[in-house]
Amino acid sequence: MNHLDELEAESVYILREAFAKLDKLAILWSLGKDSNVVLWLARKAFFGHVPFPVMHVDTEKKFPEMYAFRDRYAKEWNLNFIRELCPPLEATDPTLPKAARSAARKTLGLRDAVAKHGFNGLIAGIRRDEEAIRAKERYFSPRTADNSWDLKDQPPEFWGQYMTSFPPGTHVRVHPLLHWTEVDIWRYTKREGIPLIDLYFSRNGKRYRSLGDMDITNPIASDASTLDAIIEELETTKVAERSGRAMDHEAEDAFERLRASGYL
Amino acid sequence: MQRETHTMKIVIVGHVDHGKSTLVGRLIHDTGSLPDGKLEAIKAMSERRGMPFEWAFLMDAIQAERDQGITIDTTQIFFKTEKRPYIIIDAPGHKEFLKNMVTGAASSEAALLLIDAAEGVQEQSRRHGYLLSLLGVGQVAVLVNKMDLVGYSAERFGTVAEEYRAYLASLGVEPTCFIPISAREGDNIVRHSPHMPWYQGPGVVQALDGFTPAARPALRPLRMPVQDVYKFDQRRIIAGRIESGSLEVGDEVIFSPSNKTATIRSIESWNAGDAPQGARAGQSIGVTLTEQIFVERGDVMSHLENPPMESSVFRARIFWLGRKPLEIGKPYTIKFNTTEAVATVEAIEHVIDTQDLSTRPAERIERNGAGEVVIRTRRLLALDEAETDPATGRFVVVEDYLPVGGGLISMEGYPDQRELITVRSTNITAVGHAVTGEARIARNGHRGGVLWFTGLSGAGKSTLALALEHELFTKGYQVYVLDGDNVRTGLNANLGFTPEDRAENIRRVGEVAALFADAGFLVISSFISPYRSDRERARQAAREAFHEIYIQASLEACEARDPKGLYKRARSGEIPDFTGISSPYEPPETADLVVPTDELPEEECLAELIRYVDRSFRR
Ligand SMILES: Nc1nc2c(ncn2[C@@H]2O[C@H](COP(=O)(O)OP(=O)(O)O)[C@@H](O)[C@H]2O)c(=O)[nH]1
Repeated sequence: MNHLDELEAESVYILREAFAKLDKLAILWSLGKDSNVVLWLARKAFFGHVPFPVMHVDTEKKFPEMYAFRDRYAKEWNLNFIRELCPPLEATDPTLPKAARSAARKTLGLRDAVAKHGFNGLIAGIRRDEEAIRAKERYFSPRTADNSWDLKDQPPEFWGQYMTSFPPGTHVRVHPLLHWTEVDIWRYTKREGIPLIDLYFSRNGKRYRSLGDMDITNPIASDASTLDAIIEELETTKVAERSGRAMDHEAEDAFERLRASGYL
Repeated sequence: MQRETHTMKIVIVGHVDHGKSTLVGRLIHDTGSLPDGKLEAIKAMSERRGMPFEWAFLMDAIQAERDQGITIDTTQIFFKTEKRPYIIIDAPGHKEFLKNMVTGAASSEAALLLIDAAEGVQEQSRRHGYLLSLLGVGQVAVLVNKMDLVGYSAERFGTVAEEYRAYLASLGVEPTCFIPISAREGDNIVRHSPHMPWYQGPGVVQALDGFTPAARPALRPLRMPVQDVYKFDQRRIIAGRIESGSLEVGDEVIFSPSNKTATIRSIESWNAGDAPQGARAGQSIGVTLTEQIFVERGDVMSHLENPPMESSVFRARIFWLGRKPLEIGKPYTIKFNTTEAVATVEAIEHVIDTQDLSTRPAERIERNGAGEVVIRTRRLLALDEAETDPATGRFVVVEDYLPVGGGLISMEGYPDQRELITVRSTNITAVGHAVTGEARIARNGHRGGVLWFTGLSGAGKSTLALALEHELFTKGYQVYVLDGDNVRTGLNANLGFTPEDRAENIRRVGEVAALFADAGFLVISSFISPYRSDRERARQAAREAFHEIYIQASLEACEARDPKGLYKRARSGEIPDFTGISSPYEPPETADLVVPTDELPEEECLAELIRYVDRSFRR
């Protein structure tokens, strides 16, 4: 088994554990490269099927390319697709910095969607290498009834035995990509031929490394216009992946506050 | 040199303040893995806050940690050497956070263990070494840190290294190397230190690059714990991860502990080119079988040769993280492979002092302690010994939903029970009335109840009742079948076949079943019981514990089957008052479950029943 096979096998195992143990499960589909890989892995795990809903919590501020992509593949991949809308900006905590507020809409939208559908498990494509605080996540990460995450008191997780039973009212975030790195995502995308939104590729010397809302995501300078070029670029770069996302820089602890309240 | 793509997982352990975070900061910086500008930003930040710069700040990316001054959780940081990428896990030394160290270390392929050269070997140095060996981290490099504080003395290094080498040796662990370093000054990290010309061995980065990636053992006997059985389309796919060994299409396999055999028809996959003909340890796969047997999550698939052992009692080396101590006789859930079982600790042989590895008798194992215990599970488990097969020879203990401990299995002194499992559950002991229903449920892991099978003669009641009894028994249920055979000869020996006697027969069965249910058992009663009124009476006896199960088959189907030739005899008039022929059958109006045996194959019916039972009675 090569490195990508190992990553894939581990993720497939986790997805199957989630499906076996959580009866109201959904995948969060942000339309970006990571959640596309999660979807792909689900189809691997379940032999071409995705046996639970795939949910997009829509800020309505994504790039048009992203919506076109979503509509196309929701159909082509025969997904049980759910779209939920985020509440307006006014509903968010006014003490947060601007970009963080706009991301906080997503948190609220997610909370509402979880309540509406009664999900007890949400699969999300976060990775440990994205940001220091995500490094502290577990594969199965319980959230309390109000969706919050207790950073300081997480259950131990070892020997492939995840926490899969919970007190009533808890739901759990499942993170099948936790052990992947950004370049792993690209290598796997290439190997498997996973479709992607064009914005990731360089146009006029710029490309997006991470896709958030249109108003809070900036492209980076790059000439990488193919998968190979992106992989090569990542091999040499030292710039943090989320540096194109405005909110991470606004306040040292904005990300942590968002996360504790349920942001991905 | 072409860099490997495998990201090696490393854990860094050691006593608090012995320099773990400093080393991490050093490693990411000295290997050039830090994002541009990060070091400057952190230096500027410490200046703003009026604190002297520490390498450890590189790690303390979050507010909470900076405030508290100690690393609070397993943090994972990526860095690269020329040879390969690494994830480095700073496992904190603070006692409270042992569970995080366990999380980090258990998933690591190798460990760096730090010891302060000035302070020498401390409590956590030993405990962490002990845990590494228990968790199965085979490769350890011991770093004697802060050599700058002891004048880079070769002698001091030798003293510390020898003391710790002796400790590890008594655990049976042989470290890869001992390295004298100064994390803060950068001695012997990436480069050989000019301060210690007396040391010729590898630096930290060299030691890391010398570790070999962990892989699941493909040469051990096959073990694939079943994760799930999928029927998304026409295929019935048995899914799981191969923990050890390998398999090929056409192999004969056995599922334990249900002990059913089958042949592998295909290995299924999606978007992976040609259908694979074989698979090996580490792969998450799906197979279809030639025979339609009942398999479920928790079964372990192996070859016919070298199957796992089966036992409901075994020894275990345990480490305990729970807030409440581990106690004898208390029911816990253990998670083992893809299964779960209710388990009690029958005996604590001794607890182990991780400081000097001495043992002493004890009544309980306290938080952060370790010991050797005897465990009994309610149900039979398919298991291996941790010594030879770590992945299938260890388990996690759960209490109040949380993982609170881990154990390594040894079967020393206990026989393989594989031969014994066909024994039926017959030894019913009387129970005192001072025991509450709740306590029985807690002990058994399920509620008691009555599964009242009703249906025509030949509908399949007895066959399903006995098969269900067997399945439930291996799954750990307290279960017992009441049928004509065991009731007519004793309890109801004085009854004949007049309508009155038949009604009395059913009444007594209903009462006895209710008593069984009250005692915590699951009773399967298998009687035609044609009259609604009789069944209603049985329901009243057991109240909400009563579940009416309609084993449904048409009269034509039953008559065609006629396993005992009874229909023929009834048709000829030889048997009077035969249900369905010369006496009515009143089908249930609101059965709790209908099992159409003339529509579904037997194993589907059985699967349906098992699902129903798990859903209705599992606690
Ligand atoms: N003199 C000296 N001090 C060190 C060295 N490594 C770490 N320290 C100091 O020891 C203290 C504890 O280090 P830290 O990395 O936080 O320890 P941890 O608790 O194991 O993570 C800090 O003040 C460090 O500056 C070293 O090699 N030499």
